[in-house]
This record gives sequence, structure tokens and C-alpha cells, in this order.
Amino acid sequence: MGMRKVAVVGAGMTKFMRRAQETGRELAFQATKMALDSCEMTLDDIDSVALGTAPDAFDGLHMKGEYLSDGAGAWNKPYMRCYVGGGTGVFAAIQGWYHVASGLFDTCLVVCEEKMSSCKPHPQGAFLTIFDHTTERALKPNLVWIFALEMNRYMTVHGLEKKDIARVAVKNKRNALDHPCAQLAADITVEDVLNSEVLAWPVQRLDISPTSDGAAAMVFAAEHVAKRVTDKPVWVKGVGWSLDTAYWTNRDLYYPKYVESAARMAYDMAGIKEPRKEIHVVEPYDPFDYKELHHLEGLLLCEKGEAPRLTADGVTARDGDMPVCPSGGLLGVGNPIAASGIMKLNEIFWQLRGEAGKRQVPGQPRTGLAQSWGDLMQVGCVVVLGI
Amino acid sequence: MRTVAIVGIGYSGFRSMTPDISYKELMYEAAAKAYDDAGVDPQRDIESFVSVAEDFNEGTSIFDEYVPDQLGAPLKPVHTIPGDGIHGLIAAHMQVLTGAMDIVMVEAHSKASNILTPTDVVNFAVEPIYNRPLGANPVFIAGMEMNRYLHCTGTSEEQCAQVVVKNRGNGFLNPSAAYGARLSLDTVLDSETISYPLKKLEISSRADGAIVMVLASGDAAETLTNVPIWIRGVGWCNETPSLETRDWEGATYARKSAEMAYRTAGIRNPWREIDFAEVDDTYAYKELQHMEALGLCRDGEAGYLVEEGATELDGDFPINPSGGSLGLGHLLDAAGLGRVLEVALQLRGESGERQLEDVASGLAFSWRGIPTTSGAAVVLSV
Repeated sequence: MGMRKVAVVGAGMTKFMRRAQETGRELAFQATKMALDSCEMTLDDIDSVALGTAPDAFDGLHMKGEYLSDGAGAWNKPYMRCYVGGGTGVFAAIQGWYHVASGLFDTCLVVCEEKMSSCKPHPQGAFLTIFDHTTERALKPNLVWIFALEMNRYMTVHGLEKKDIARVAVKNKRNALDHPCAQLAADITVEDVLNSEVLAWPVQRLDISPTSDGAAAMVFAAEHVAKRVTDKPVWVKGVGWSLDTAYWTNRDLYYPKYVESAARMAYDMAGIKEPRKEIHVVEPYDPFDYKELHHLEGLLLCEKGEAPRLTADGVTARDGDMPVCPSGGLLGVGNPIAASGIMKLNEIFWQLRGEAGKRQVPGQPRTGLAQSWGDLMQVGCVVVLGI
Repeated sequence: MRTVAIVGIGYSGFRSMTPDISYKELMYEAAAKAYDDAGVDPQRDIESFVSVAEDFNEGTSIFDEYVPDQLGAPLKPVHTIPGDGIHGLIAAHMQVLTGAMDIVMVEAHSKASNILTPTDVVNFAVEPIYNRPLGANPVFIAGMEMNRYLHCTGTSEEQCAQVVVKNRGNGFLNPSAAYGARLSLDTVLDSETISYPLKKLEISSRADGAIVMVLASGDAAETLTNVPIWIRGVGWCNETPSLETRDWEGATYARKSAEMAYRTAGIRNPWREIDFAEVDDTYAYKELQHMEALGLCRDGEAGYLVEEGATELDGDFPINPSGGSLGLGHLLDAAGLGRVLEVALQLRGESGERQLEDVASGLAFSWRGIPTTSGAAVVLSV
């Protein structure tokens, strides 16, 4: 049976940076307004609102979705918040898709907001409360520490050196120089990454994306509305998501099976048989440089252990055969957790419409993919967009 | 549009405290019962899992991490809705409606007895810049709203207290209810005033428990069960978190949720076309206010209907036959799924001593509690 077609018709985002002046509601409002303005729609045209935002602990706000609702344009509307940790951004788009694909609504506004700077002294503190209260919290682990374990395992299994991975940070931060919303765009070298401060070996400062404040929004519409609103609708071709066991210590961390599972679901829906050939531009989740490589492998866009070589050969450069993170990614643009997932989808939206300006990849891409990741190295969310 | 039915129901609880089991065990028990009821295997048959939870109620950030294992869902599509149980049910419903999925489950739970400082947790939901610094106990919001409701509609304090007598009495007939009791009107009216005019016994007490439901598309439902409970209509609405600008009189969120639910269900006259309802009664006056906002009666009429016994088990339009949150216990984020649970059990004819006669359709409505204006409604039928 045929499913209802759903299009993305509008996109907007705030600059990613430390936004001490604005509340989370104001950030959500700014991104919402930009997304609506981009497709000349108003809140009156919006039937439903889906919101994504990560831990309430950042803001010290219980039921943060309720607090953000009017900033996100949800006043007197059906409004629902979704949550899969760091994967929330791309998942919120999946939620927007099922709002419209269900047939209940013709339009859905998807808004993701994150304000990490209000968590003092550092947002990393909020992550101390994500661990199992009995088996892990007593060890006081933090995210850098567990991702260092994963990075180490990835390097060990494939015999990689730090410089093989550092190239990702160099590429993405350089790509971000062309993104007007970027927080940490920079022209750096592999040497700079290798000489930066060691946080938890093998993770060094320049391997990690910054904490950030920001918001991003998209407008989803059913086919008949999309065709009325724009000449250039971008269609949701496939969606997939997968959550692995909470017992991350029992998994082999060298490969993200949950990303593969999510990707296969999305490819099935999109009718994609050979992802490497059929997907022209990719925005995998890159909060750490090794994650971009890890995720390219999980997305079946290359063989296991092959991603570092593709990076070294320039295949993943903006003008390469398979551009990866042409936006600048989280490493360059910034990482306000949920908002960064929508930032990636917005980039695919702009790339497919040929509106990415200086960031535009060559060859008129027709199909693109964005992916996010989160929880305890546990969740993958994938959206395939196409024109 | 596709049709969707509830084909499996499982629950664990409800008790004022459950020191012997963890939240994971509560969830496991409810899920195992629901899968058994539907005759499905979670890894083989269920295509998507929705869990409902708020981090601060769990005491764990990014709580969705700890969901998949006890539900049989690792490496499957799983996501969390930080909302009410009915929001979760609707999220599962929408996924089936897309046509991409045939069998989807929803889970919600409460381990309220683990929360040492529940008032402080609610206070963290109060607007942080203008409202929280006032330092008031957040229940003041309910007291203010009740006062306004009584003033605008002419409803009496006795009529509100009668809701408590009815619901805790219904709870007495429900073996799953944590707070069933036979109370007199005077006992309720003489209980301590918490935030004038709201009395202590008019505030629902919390309970622990978990609820799981398995939803299936029409075709799948016909093969799985002889008693599908059809989802006829859904509606939800969020008014505003702002205390300063919200509608304090008419529960706009409930009115709009109901409008959408009736529209999608094709219902014009809910009092005639629906046989009974499970309606949020976190505070006793809320049951009355919600009845009016849901269009079950005219403004100011709900109090008289309760007084006359029209909403008793043997009345014209029974409300909260389960005992509601007052009798069953308030299940935090699972409260709405508790309302749906009773509607589904009644429609299946599995409500035991409190079973209503000849019921073919029912309404469930939930509210997310202070300080929110967020509600969700679902209309079910056999």
C-alpha cells in the first residue's frame, strides 16, 4: 500500500554559540520564525508541533517540553516532545514525518532547542546522572571517558593511528568556515589536533565538538500542501531508528550495530539497494571526529575500517566523491544537542535545493542522508531526503 | 485512513509503594502480560516501541537509555515521549496509521515511591525566572484555579468533595486501586486545607505501577484477537506554560483536545454517543472542570450531575469507574494510560465488580498536572 508522501518545505536555525542573553524559549522562537519565514508560512498554517530537546538537567527544568511549548509555536496546538538522548534531533524529524504521514495533519512544525550554558560549572555535570545508578554512577564516569573507550576500541580493531582520525576534525572545522551559524570554524592542521590537550586518551581537545546553545526548526507538509507552498519540495524518502541494550559494557564497541539497523530500516523504506552509489551527500553525527568514521561504516557507506582511508583520500571532502559533513558538522558548527540533529537535516535540505551557497557540493545531489546518535553509545536515527 | 486497535493489555500495580521491585521489574511484568495477552513476541512481531517517561521523575537523565532491555526491544525502533501516557499511545497510533508499521507497543510507568521530594520535583517545572523565585509551594496554582472555577461556575465545595467520595468508593471495587475507601462527604470537607479552597483529600495520592498496550492495524488486529478495542479518535493540545496569560477558567487544553478527538471519531454529541468516561481527577475539581470542557455537559452543570449521582457506576454517564487518580492512585506520566486502561477493560467486559452494563464506547482524558496546560484525549469503542 502506498504511504502518504511527506516533504520538507522550510528550514531555519539560530547561530550556535553561548547564548547568555536569550532563554531557551526565545531561541526556539527565533528558529521557528526563520523556518516559517523561509516558506512564507505562519503559525496559522501549522496543524501540529513536534519538539526535541535533550536532558532537562541542563536547564534544571522538569518537563522542559512544557516550558518550551509557546516559544516553539505550540500555543493551542497538538504538541508532543520526543526524546532519544543525543539522537533526539534527527528523531524529532522522524516524529514530524509520522505526524504528517499518519494522515492526522497536513503540516507539522519540528523544533529542536538546547541551552547547555545554564548548566554550571559545565554541562558535562548533567551527564553524571545518565549512568546506571547501581553499577556505574558510583565510578563517576563522564561521556569523554566512555567515548575514549569506544574510540580506543575502534582504533585497536582496525589498527588506526590518531592522525587517521584527526583528519576529520581538520576537514569539518574547515568546512564550517563557510557556515554563517558556526561556533568553532577554524583552519587547523592534523598537527594541531595531535598537539591539543589530552582529555582522556585517545580523546584530545580538538577531537571534540563544543558545548553550545541554539535552536533549529523545519516545516513538514503533506504532498498537496508542499506543492502549493514551494517549487522545490524535498521529500522524506526513508526513516529508521534503533536502540540497543543499555548494557553497553557487554557490547563490542568497535562497530555501531544500532546505526546499521536504523540505516537498513531507512534504506528499505526509501528503496535504496546500494547506499554508497545512491546517496550523494551525507551528514553523519560527528560530536567526536572518530564518530564520523564509525557512523559512515554503520551506515553501510563503506566497509568496516575503510572510512579513515576515504577521508585521507579526500573522498569525503566537500568536493569529493561522497561529501561528508559539508556543513562543518558538530565539530565545526557546534553541538547544541537536539538542535544539531536538525542542523544536519537543514544542511541536506539546502544542499538538495542547491541553496547551500559557499557550502554547496558539486554535481547537483538528489539524495542525502542525516544521522544522529546518542544515549549510552546506543541509539541511531536516520533520515533519507531526496528530490 | 487505516484503523488501529488495542490488542494487548498488561499492567502491574497499583500500590502506594513497591519496595520489593524495581521500575525495570514493574515494566517487565506489564510488558510480559501485554505480549501474552496479544499473543506476540516482541523481537519477532513488534515493529516499534514507545515508552513514556520524564527524567526528573525517574532520577536519571536521558532515561530512554534504560528502556529497551526489560521490554524485549534491544536493536529495535524504540523512542521515548516525555509526556503523558495518552501522548505515548497517540505516538504509537500515528506510527501504525502511516502504514510503515503494523504492530507497535506503548509503555508508561510510575515509581513515585522512589521520589523523596516530590514537591521539589514539581517546583522544577515552574517557570524559573518570574515564578519560581516567589518560593511558593506549586500546589498554589491548583488552589487558585479551583477558586476561579468555583467562582465562575457557581460550583460548590460540597460538589467537589462528592467527586472524592465517588471515586474512592469506585476504587473500593477495584482490586488494582491503591486508595479505595468509603468516605463521607464531611470527612473530605473536614480534611486540612492545603491551598484554599483545595482540601487534602481532594488531592490524589501517588502510586507505583506500569501499563503496557499493544496496538495493531485493523488487519493484524483481526488475526490477533477476538476483542479488538478500536481507537476511534485522538486529540491533544497544549495551551501555554505561562501562568500570567493562560485561560484560568475553562481548561482550553481539554476543550481543544476533545474537539479534535470528536472530530477524528466523527462524534457530534458526546453525551449521547459515548457511554462513559475516564477523566483526569488529579484534583477533585478537575474532574468537574474537565467534564464541562470535554463537552459532556454545560458549564456549571458538572457539579449537579455528580451530586445527583449521574456519574456513579449506575448513573446515566459513569465517570472514572476505575476510581480515577483519586482512587487508583496518581501514576505520574502513566496517569493517562491508567485512564485508557479502564476504558479498555470496561469495553472488554473485564472490570469485575465495577463492570458497567452495555458499554460500547468510552472516552479517556488526561492532563499533565501543575503547572502545565497540556491534555490528551482518546475515544475507544468495541
